[in-house]
Amino acid sequence: MQEASLQTDARAVAGEAIIRAEKIEKYYAQPSENRIQVISATDLNILPGEILALLGPSGSGKSTMLRMLSGLSRPSAGQVYWHERPISQTQINVSIVFQSFALFPWMTVLENVEAPLVARGVDPGEREERSLRMIDTVGLAGFEGAYPKELSGGMRQRVGFARALVVEPEVLFMDEPFSALDVLTAENLRSELLELWSKKTMPTKAVFIVTHNIEEAVLLADRIIVLGRNPGHIRTDFRVQLPQLRDRKSEAFTQLVDYIYKVLTRPDVPAEEVPDQTGKKVRDQRQMKYQMLPHARPGGMAGLLELLLDKGGRDDIYRLADDLAFEIDDLFPIVEAAQLLGFLKVEEGDANITENGAEFANSEILRQKEVFRDAALGNVLLLRQIRRALESKSDHTVPEDFFLDMLDEQFSEDECLRQMETAITWGRYAELFDFDASRRRFVLPDAQEEEATADEAAH
Amino acid sequence: MSAPQHPFARTLVMVRTWPFVLDVGVAFCGLALFFAVLHIARYWMGTPEPVVPISHSARVLPLYAFYSLFRIGIAYLLSLTFAIAYGYAAARNPRLEPWMIAVLDVLQSIPVLSFLPPVVLAMVSLVPGHQLGIEMGVILLIFTGQVWNLAFSFYSSLKSIPREMMEASLIYRYSAWQRFWQLEMPYAAIGLVWNSIVSVAGGWFALMLCEMFTMGDRNFQLPGLGSYIQSAANGGDVAALLSGIAMVILIVVATDQLVWRPLIAWSDKFKFEQVESADRVTSPVLEMMRRSTLLNGLPGRLWAGIQQPIYRRLARSRERETFHPIDEEAEQRKGAMAFWMVAAAVVIAGVWALMQAVVMLRAITGHEMLHLLAGAAATFLRVNAALLISALWTVPVGVAIGFNPRLARVVQPLAQVLASVPASAFYPVLLLGLLKIGGGVGIGSIALMLLGTQWYILFNVIAGAMSIPSDLREVATLFRFTRWQRWTRLILPGIFPYLITGMVTASGGAWNASVMAEYAKVKDQTLETIGLGAEISSATDHGRFAIILVATILISLMVITVNRLLWRRLYRLAETRFKLEG
Repeated sequence: MQEASLQTDARAVAGEAIIRAEKIEKYYAQPSENRIQVISATDLNILPGEILALLGPSGSGKSTMLRMLSGLSRPSAGQVYWHERPISQTQINVSIVFQSFALFPWMTVLENVEAPLVARGVDPGEREERSLRMIDTVGLAGFEGAYPKELSGGMRQRVGFARALVVEPEVLFMDEPFSALDVLTAENLRSELLELWSKKTMPTKAVFIVTHNIEEAVLLADRIIVLGRNPGHIRTDFRVQLPQLRDRKSEAFTQLVDYIYKVLTRPDVPAEEVPDQTGKKVRDQRQMKYQMLPHARPGGMAGLLELLLDKGGRDDIYRLADDLAFEIDDLFPIVEAAQLLGFLKVEEGDANITENGAEFANSEILRQKEVFRDAALGNVLLLRQIRRALESKSDHTVPEDFFLDMLDEQFSEDECLRQMETAITWGRYAELFDFDASRRRFVLPDAQEEEATADEAAH
Repeated sequence: MSAPQHPFARTLVMVRTWPFVLDVGVAFCGLALFFAVLHIARYWMGTPEPVVPISHSARVLPLYAFYSLFRIGIAYLLSLTFAIAYGYAAARNPRLEPWMIAVLDVLQSIPVLSFLPPVVLAMVSLVPGHQLGIEMGVILLIFTGQVWNLAFSFYSSLKSIPREMMEASLIYRYSAWQRFWQLEMPYAAIGLVWNSIVSVAGGWFALMLCEMFTMGDRNFQLPGLGSYIQSAANGGDVAALLSGIAMVILIVVATDQLVWRPLIAWSDKFKFEQVESADRVTSPVLEMMRRSTLLNGLPGRLWAGIQQPIYRRLARSRERETFHPIDEEAEQRKGAMAFWMVAAAVVIAGVWALMQAVVMLRAITGHEMLHLLAGAAATFLRVNAALLISALWTVPVGVAIGFNPRLARVVQPLAQVLASVPASAFYPVLLLGLLKIGGGVGIGSIALMLLGTQWYILFNVIAGAMSIPSDLREVATLFRFTRWQRWTRLILPGIFPYLITGMVTASGGAWNASVMAEYAKVKDQTLETIGLGAEISSATDHGRFAIILVATILISLMVITVNRLLWRRLYRLAETRFKLEG
């Protein structure tokens, strides 16, 4: 790739980085001796004059990374430097634009924008003047006295921008700033942000944007870092050398987008071992027993496979997302799930339907369930274990906690619950088991229960 | 905000005159308050007079009402301050948090009267030579009836502030002061307002008990509505009794209209919502106050004037300072030293108190202990009977009202006011009536608990019935549900979370009421029935502190056990399984 040049930038070595992260890690201690590694040791620089985009699938620790770099959260190991001084010991000048806007609903637009200046002890006169100017800059003049709940989502995020920029931050952090907005509004705000940046209307020296939208990253960024997950690590880090005011339709643009898709869909290449510094055992999630179940529904998989079948059984994932008007982040789990179950193969950014997948997509509902059941039992360890436990217990019921305890060894608390939820959806669909939500227990469905008892009797 | 331009001169005149009249009114209120405070101060600083003679004339009622209101007001302000400090400390200090919440849980379960002897004795000896000592004792008692739910409310509000809001306040380097006023207080405001209503109702209930009481050989009787009603009941003066009750109701209704409704309407702006909701509480009083130029501009400007130098100083002093990451470890390390010192102090105090308690408990005979246990069983049954009866009648009535929106709009605020009327004020009348038809304190005490608790349940059941979506009701009609199916499949699950909320509040109130209900003085005779409440009351009268201690421990144990085993589980069930999501 001509655009992709690895980030051995001479400037970083020369100590020009505004923020420099050195081997930062994040992990959470578990009650057991294991710990959950969220982000493995990572080096990262934020250089002046660049818009840096951080891309990655959900669960790759993008937001955690942002919080460590902005000083909101302390790395479990490693150090973040602000102009070569430890970030927790210097006064830093950064702002964050939040996904949920994080505006104070009881304060007017003006009061919201003024608040950071109040915190810095700016005099009322100057405070109001600067705030009004900033509100004007983001195109909200006339709305100073309005409350956030009276504004549309796009306007609220404009307030978020005004509040972030009014303190003239050296680095502007943005945590998925456009993902709560509709497509048109997001597009509009994006181009306005670029305009502010390129005309130097804002004194900000660097922008760090976390996103899951590949096109957004390619549109905005001077440099893109792609994170992988389990645990979060840098997959690739390269410069975008397209001139600004980029054209989505241009050849170079689509090539770059395609390249990133490939990076995101390519099976993980083994990375270097995580060094053991504390003497505690660090579990690398790539060697774990349970697969990470992508959070997709069987119905979604069937829909995707049917579409793929219509297209002759093979298509570019990027184009698929486009056809479905899906964000790629919404499509990924479905693709991954279909891959896991052996319905789909992904090569070079193209999805190929397998024989099993074709049968699954083509059958009527009862047969579909059978195909799904075989695929699930064959490929998903957790479902196999649940089923086996149910069959072997005399009352054919097992509490959820039993499996949660086992998952607990590998996943964070939230992720355990999500894994369990997905497993329950799949198992219910495949009629592998019933789940009694009020007692939180798995139960063998009636018909099979009889079968199983008959089996037992026969033995 | 400039006033809109009106085309007609008459409208303009209206716009000009109203606020002026209002301003004069506001000024008069301020003046009246000033003289009232002066009067109270003179009375408080006077020589102590434990037994103030109580007149039964209706003419003194306003003065008595004023004294009582003042006590409740001061107690409420103390409660609010304490609740905020306590809730803040608990929410922001992960190490102390579980302990502080457990302590709150225990204190909440102790009936007001159990605090009476220690609090009053302590205050009288702390401030000797002034009426203030006795008054402070009574105010602190009212405080114990008000403070706990406020503290819980503030604590849980703080805990539920969205993460990104906290992060925003951190990254923009808010001082703790600014965060408190711009994020934490506004976020907690709505919960505090609603809990204040419950608290002040609790304060009135406690007031009826503690303005006039006997402790061993000492009598206390302070001028106020509580004393007025009690002494009227003792003397059998029905006319005075009724006028006293009328005064209480008048004050409760006035408080609702003049304080709570405006506050609720005002606190609407603190609702944490992204879109404006359609139905809002309106308050004519608030509208009026908003029109007053004096009230509109002055507090805001005053507030800004006070805040500005604080912000400037804070910003200057922290200029070189950095902000700390939100991670827990740093937080814990900082407080370690202080924590161990406090912990040591608490342990020492605890051991000392335990030794004292053991010495005290040696005075209790086995026979007395058996009597106490029997009392505990009786009170337990009585409280639950009252709850059951309340639920049995309020559920059908509440559902009927809730399904009729027009009726609900009238009845719901009424039930809210009724819940605020202290049942303890009615009790003497009730007992007099019961005695006449041959009933006794046994029935009377259940009736009192009913009076105090049923409104909370009714109020909540109505809200629950109103919240059942009409399409679900239409489904029930469409599929021709039988009456039984309608109730078991639709109505009961639909109102369940609300019913539980109401029952939890009611159960707390019923336990508190039991102490007063089982032991009463009417027409110069003392009526009592077997029960823990009677034990506490009579022990207070006779100065038997050991009995009070044991009875209080028993009540706390029962309340906490029932809360843990029953209410909390039902609550969790209500929050997960029976939540109607939009």
